[in-house]
Amino acid sequence: MTLQVERPPSSQEPKPHTVPHQRKWTDYFTFCTDHKVIGIQYLVTSFMFSFIGGAMAEVMRTELATPNPDVVQPEFYNQLMTLHGTIMLFLWIIPAGAAFANYLIPLMIGAEDMAFPRLNAVAFWMIPPGGLLLIVSLLIDAPQAGWTSYPPLSLVSGQWGEELWILSILTLGTSSILGGLNFLVTIWKMRMPDMDVYSMPLFCWSMLATALLVLIGTPVLAAALILLSFDLLAGTSFFNPAGGGDPIVYQHMFWFYSHPAVYIMVLPFFGVISEVLPVHARKPIFGYRAIAYSSLAIAFLGLIVWAHHMFTSGTPGWLRMFFMATTMIIAVPTGIKIFGWCATLWGGKINLNTPMLFGIGFISSFLIGGLTGVMVASVPFDIHVHDTYFIVGHFHYVLFGGGILGLYSGVYHWFPKMSGRMYNETLGKIHFALTFIGINLTFLPMHPLGMQGMNRRVALYDPKFQFLNILCTIGAYITAVSVLPFVVNMVWSVFKGKPAGRNPWRALTMEWQTTSPPAIENFDEEPILWAGPYDYGIDTQMLDEDQSVDELLAQASAEVN
Amino acid sequence: MQSSTIDESQTVLNYSHDADSASGHHEHPDLRMFGVAVFLVAESMIFLGLFAAFLIYKAMIPEFPPEGTELELLLPGINTIILISSSFVMHKGQSLLKNGDDVKGLQIWFGLTALMGAIFLGGQVYEYTHLPFTLATNLFASCFYVLTGFHGLHVTFGLLLILAVLWRSRKTGHYSSEKHFGVEAAELYWHFVDVVWIILFGLVYLL
Repeated sequence: MTLQVERPPSSQEPKPHTVPHQRKWTDYFTFCTDHKVIGIQYLVTSFMFSFIGGAMAEVMRTELATPNPDVVQPEFYNQLMTLHGTIMLFLWIIPAGAAFANYLIPLMIGAEDMAFPRLNAVAFWMIPPGGLLLIVSLLIDAPQAGWTSYPPLSLVSGQWGEELWILSILTLGTSSILGGLNFLVTIWKMRMPDMDVYSMPLFCWSMLATALLVLIGTPVLAAALILLSFDLLAGTSFFNPAGGGDPIVYQHMFWFYSHPAVYIMVLPFFGVISEVLPVHARKPIFGYRAIAYSSLAIAFLGLIVWAHHMFTSGTPGWLRMFFMATTMIIAVPTGIKIFGWCATLWGGKINLNTPMLFGIGFISSFLIGGLTGVMVASVPFDIHVHDTYFIVGHFHYVLFGGGILGLYSGVYHWFPKMSGRMYNETLGKIHFALTFIGINLTFLPMHPLGMQGMNRRVALYDPKFQFLNILCTIGAYITAVSVLPFVVNMVWSVFKGKPAGRNPWRALTMEWQTTSPPAIENFDEEPILWAGPYDYGIDTQMLDEDQSVDELLAQASAEVN
Repeated sequence: MQSSTIDESQTVLNYSHDADSASGHHEHPDLRMFGVAVFLVAESMIFLGLFAAFLIYKAMIPEFPPEGTELELLLPGINTIILISSSFVMHKGQSLLKNGDDVKGLQIWFGLTALMGAIFLGGQVYEYTHLPFTLATNLFASCFYVLTGFHGLHVTFGLLLILAVLWRSRKTGHYSSEKHFGVEAAELYWHFVDVVWIILFGLVYLL
C-alpha cells in the first residue's frame, strides 16, 4: 500500500482577507457552535475578567504599601481579596485553558468541530452569567470569606454574598464539566483516521489529563457547595460545629477538587509550552512519551494529595505523612516535563521571539513555584509558613509562572493562526520584559516576608515588613503596566498586522495546515498526516522512494557527530 | 517535486496506524453514548462526594442516626423494589425496539417505566410528609433529606427523559432499530439512577 506524502504547505498561501467562509464579527456575540468562535469567546472573556481581577489586586497592593488599613476599609479589603482569587482562578486561568482547548483540539486532530458543538456553546455561555453574579455581588454584599470559603467563617460573614459566590461557582463548575466532557470525547473519538494517540500533539495529551481531573474533581466541589448552601439557607449544620457538624469535612471536599484544580489550571499550559518550545527551537520534543505520560501521572497524583492543604487543620500524623509523601512524588513527573523541555532547548536553533521568551520565562518561574511547592509539602516547614505570604508567593509563582506566562506564550504563538496576522515583535518583547520583571519583583519578596511571619489575607501588618511590601507593590504596578503593550499589540495587530499566511512558524502540527484564520469547517481538503507533530530536523522534502527515514536519521546523526 | 509516493512501511517516523483507528470522524455512532457515559461519571462523583460526607459523619458521631430520626423500612423497601424492577421493564422496551422495530412495544414498556418512576416519587413524597423530623432536626436528618432529595431530583429528570422519548416516539420513524440514541441514553440514565439508589438505600436506611 502506498501513501501520498505532500510537502508542507508553504507560507505564501492565500491572503486572509481573500479566504472565503469567514466569520463576521457579530458571530462572536451569538450562540455560535463553531469551536473557533467559542475559543476566541473564551479567550477574550477570560482576559476581560482578568483586567477586573487585576485591578482588584492593584488596589490591594496599594493598600499593602503601608502597614495600616488607610486606603480601603478592612471589610472591603476582604471582599477584594475573595473576588480577586475567585475571578483569577475560575474566570481567567481555567477558561483560558478551555479557550486554547476549544480552538486547537479539533484543528490539531484534523476534525471539523468538537464532538458536541451545541453543548460547547452552552458551556461557554454559562461563563458570563457566572462572572456577573460575582461582580454584581460587589454592589449588594460581596463574599468576604476568601476564595476557599471555609466554614464557619463563610457561614457568619454575610449570607447573600456567600450564596451568590456559591451560585457563581456552581455555574462556572458546570460549564467546566461540560467543557471537559467535550474535550475528552473529542480527543478520544474524533482523531483523523491516521492519527493514533502517540502521534497526537502533546497539547491534546495534557487536555486529556485536564478533562479527567475536571470530570472527577469538580462534581465533588459541587457537592460541598450544595451542602454549604443548605447550611447557609436552610438551617442545617453540615459544616457548623454549633449544630454538631464538622468544618473539616468541607475542607476535605473542597480540596479534593481544589488541589487537582491547580493542575486543571496549569496542565493546559504545560501542553502549550510543549507545542511552543519545539517549534521555536526547531527541534523534536525530547521524550514525547515521557511528557505525555507525566501529564497522566500528574493528574492521578493530583487527586490523592489534597490533605496537604490541611496539615494545620488537626490532621493526624500518619495521614500527614501519607500526604507529604504523595505530594513530594508529584515533583517527579513535573521534573520529567521540565527536563524534557530543557533538553528540547539544548542544542536547538532557538529563535528568541515573544512566544519563546514567555516559554523560557514560564520554565524558570514555574521551577521556582514547583521548588517552593516541595518545601511546603514537608509538614514541619508547612506548619511554619502556613497562611503566610510564603504561600502567597508560592502559588503565584505556580499560577503566574505555570499558568499565565504559558498563556501569554500560547497567545503570541497562535495569534497568527487565530487572526491571520502577525503581532508586533517589539511590543511583544516589551510586554515580556515588563511582565517578567514585574512578577518577580512582586512575588519574590513575598517568600522572605512569609518566612518572617507576615500573615496573608489581612490589610494590616507589622511596620517592620514595610520595605519588602513596597517592593511587592512596585512590582505589582510594573505588572499592571505590562498589560498596556499587550493590549495595544493585540488590538492593533488584529486590524493592521502583516498577513501571516498559513504557517509563519513552519510548524508541523495539524492546525498550521489550514488557512489563517481557518475556514468554517477547518480544512478545505482532507488534512494529511505527513509527519509527526515534532519531526523537526527531518527534511521531508528530501524523502524519496529510495531513502527510508531510518537512513535519513542515521545520516542526520552522523552529520551532528 | 510537489508530492512523492512512498511505501507505508517507511513513512515518516512510522507513525503507526491502528486498525481500529481507521474510522474517520464522520462515522462514530457511539460518540453520543460515550458522551452520556462520561457525563454519568461526573454525576456519580457528586453522589460520591455526598456519600463520603455521610460516611464521615457516620464514623464521627457515635449514635447515628440519633434517637427520634430512625427510619421506617417498609415503604422505602417497596419503593426500592418498584424502582429496581422498572429498570428491567425499561430494558424490555428498548430491546423490543432495537431487535424488532417495535415502536408500540417501546411505548408500552416505557410508559410502564414512567408509571413506576412516578409511584416511586409519590412514595418518597408520602414518606417525607409523614416523617417525624425535618431537614434541620439533626445532622442525620439533614443528610437523609439532602441525599434522598438530590436523588429524587435525578429520578424526576430521568422521568422527564422517558416522557420526552414517549412524546418523540409518536412521530413515525423517529425511533427505529437503527436510530435509537434517545432511547438508549434515557435507559442508561435510568439505570444509573437505580444503581445510585441501591447504594443510597444501603447507606442511609440499612447501615
